[in-house]
Amino acid sequence: MLEQNNAPNPALPTPVQPVSSPIIEVAHLVKRYGPLTAVDNISFEVHEGEIFGFLGPNGAGKSTTIKTLCTLVKPSEGQVKVAGFDIMGQSDAVRQQIGIIFQDPTLDSGLTAVENLEFHCMMYHVPRPERSDRIKYVLDLMDLDAHKDRLVKTYSGGMRRRLEIARGLLHRPRILFLDEPTVGLDPQTRNYIWQYVRRLREIHKTTIFMTTHYMDEAEHCDRIAIIDHGVIVALDTPAALKRMVGEDQLELTTSDNTLAARIIEDYYKLSATERDDRLTLQVAEADRFVPALLGELPRLASNLVVNTLQIRKPTLEDVFLKLTGRLIREEDEGKKDERRLNLRKRRRL
Amino acid sequence: MAKVFNDSVMSLPGTDSALTFRRGALDWEATYGIWRRDLKKFFREKSRLWGGIARPILWLIILGSSLKPAISSSSLGSTGIDYTHYIFPGVIALTLIFTSIQSAISIIWDREFGFLKEVMVAPVPRLSILLGKALGGATQATIQGIITLAFAPLIGLWLNPLVLLGLLGTMFVIAFALTALGIVISSAMTSFEGFGVISNFVVMPMYFLSGAIYPTESAPFWIKPLIYINPLTYGVDALRQVTIGVGVHDFWFDMGVLAVFAVVVLAIALPLFNRE
Ligand SMILES: Nc1ncnc2c1ncn2[C@@H]1O[C@H](COP(=O)(O)OP(=O)(O)OP(=O)(O)O)[C@@H](O)[C@H]1O
Ligand SMILES: [Mg+2]
Repeated sequence: MLEQNNAPNPALPTPVQPVSSPIIEVAHLVKRYGPLTAVDNISFEVHEGEIFGFLGPNGAGKSTTIKTLCTLVKPSEGQVKVAGFDIMGQSDAVRQQIGIIFQDPTLDSGLTAVENLEFHCMMYHVPRPERSDRIKYVLDLMDLDAHKDRLVKTYSGGMRRRLEIARGLLHRPRILFLDEPTVGLDPQTRNYIWQYVRRLREIHKTTIFMTTHYMDEAEHCDRIAIIDHGVIVALDTPAALKRMVGEDQLELTTSDNTLAARIIEDYYKLSATERDDRLTLQVAEADRFVPALLGELPRLASNLVVNTLQIRKPTLEDVFLKLTGRLIREEDEGKKDERRLNLRKRRRL
Repeated sequence: MAKVFNDSVMSLPGTDSALTFRRGALDWEATYGIWRRDLKKFFREKSRLWGGIARPILWLIILGSSLKPAISSSSLGSTGIDYTHYIFPGVIALTLIFTSIQSAISIIWDREFGFLKEVMVAPVPRLSILLGKALGGATQATIQGIITLAFAPLIGLWLNPLVLLGLLGTMFVIAFALTALGIVISSAMTSFEGFGVISNFVVMPMYFLSGAIYPTESAPFWIKPLIYINPLTYGVDALRQVTIGVGVHDFWFDMGVLAVFAVVVLAIALPLFNRE
């Protein structure tokens, strides 16, 4: 299910090209916590209606950046404008324009789902006559209708997460911040939520700013900033980032690898490396190269047999590896769960 | 989750409220929302209501029976006031200070469990949030105070409806000031442990120096300043005037001091609460 996300899905709308002026402007943002620099002089812009992603490993500074943009964390240096308002001087105006789904739980578990949503409506002045309709709508959207009058403390982790998402949509923010929104959700639900997020952008031109360390989720973004140790190491569309690490990779095993390598080098002018019992080479477009190779190989060397053939397209993981020399751990579920249990950890905002 | 995404999943109903709503300096709907949430949780927490019933019984028995012989023979002897009647306003004050401070701790809970972020990221003036908290705590404490009042007939103290009405207002003002104090403490604290330490250093001395359980007129001179700066002194004085008609200051002077105290304390709380 997850792997399929790499392929373009014809059912999904094509990304909106940024046309308008930036709705988020970040210039030389720095955030220090004592001796630690959590965010180290980053600058970027997000356009209206764009799905913009922050991709990076644990502790990279993703949440710190999001909280700064949402006016909860005061920057040490730099300027940030959200929806045209300064996050320091005009924080109330910024707060009116945004919605956020935090990484850590922020529900009141002593209230029911409906009560949590009603509270949110009051904080954001959702017009009174619309409240019950909207609450019903988001509960239905997140499939929580049957549990709406239960105390949140009786909810499972995934239900809580869905309720957080439901609540974040309630006041229909112009800019929606999602800090690792789908952590703890099953693949089916993650997929469902991503389709809805795309729909939101399509219908309301909602700007989406999200963080993730899931590679497949990053693929949903129009543009991605890769962040590591508080620094943006690359910022581009997923396709362009992947082009950066180069070409498709081809792995073959043949009846005579040395012979095959020599033919490929002579005939296609491509260097093939022989390692263990397999042959690896880089090609620009594997989808075209492979049929050609298989068609011509018997003619070039009649006794050569291709046993296996594997195409590997570059992933964002490769991009990250190339830029930082490290891997983002794809599945960090254990660690996340541990963190959820660590609720009592002493922490201000 | 069994839902499948399809075209019937359309947009959220209604208008774009965030873009049309205009706010003033204060946001009373948000204040009301915060007040309502605190009260909902108060009524759900049955142990707190039971505590509100048990506490006055306990203190009336303990103080009334054990301190009565010692105190009525000395300082109260000449006034002819029954000691159990004398300490009744003190027991109300105890209920108020307990409940007010306890309700203010919820700020620390909300910070620990993340809910405070939901409130802080909302476009609500910080003062409106604090007012919601202070009014919520004051309401809870007043409700507990009313429970305490139900014990008045048991000690032979009959309060007429007008007195009860006066007490309601008096209790609310005192509780508001005390909750405001609790809010300052919990805004300054980052942990429950810290709150415990501070409230021991503030709440207990405040209570014993307020004249709640014994007259403070004969206190040594170096203690006097502490008595005068103690807001609960004025609270107990006001309660005593309304219930048994004796007191040191003018009733409205007491109320004025408590109101000024509440305003000053909230002004201190605001920047503390608003820090990162
Ligand atoms: N309140 C704080 N006080 C001190 N240090 C902090 C605070 N918040 C974050 N940090 C530090 O700042 C760095 C960046 O943290 P941040 O939460 O932004 O990371 P992240 O990219 O969101 O990571 P994750 O994927 O684990 O959520 C970390 O080293 C973290 O320890
Ligand atoms: Mg994070």
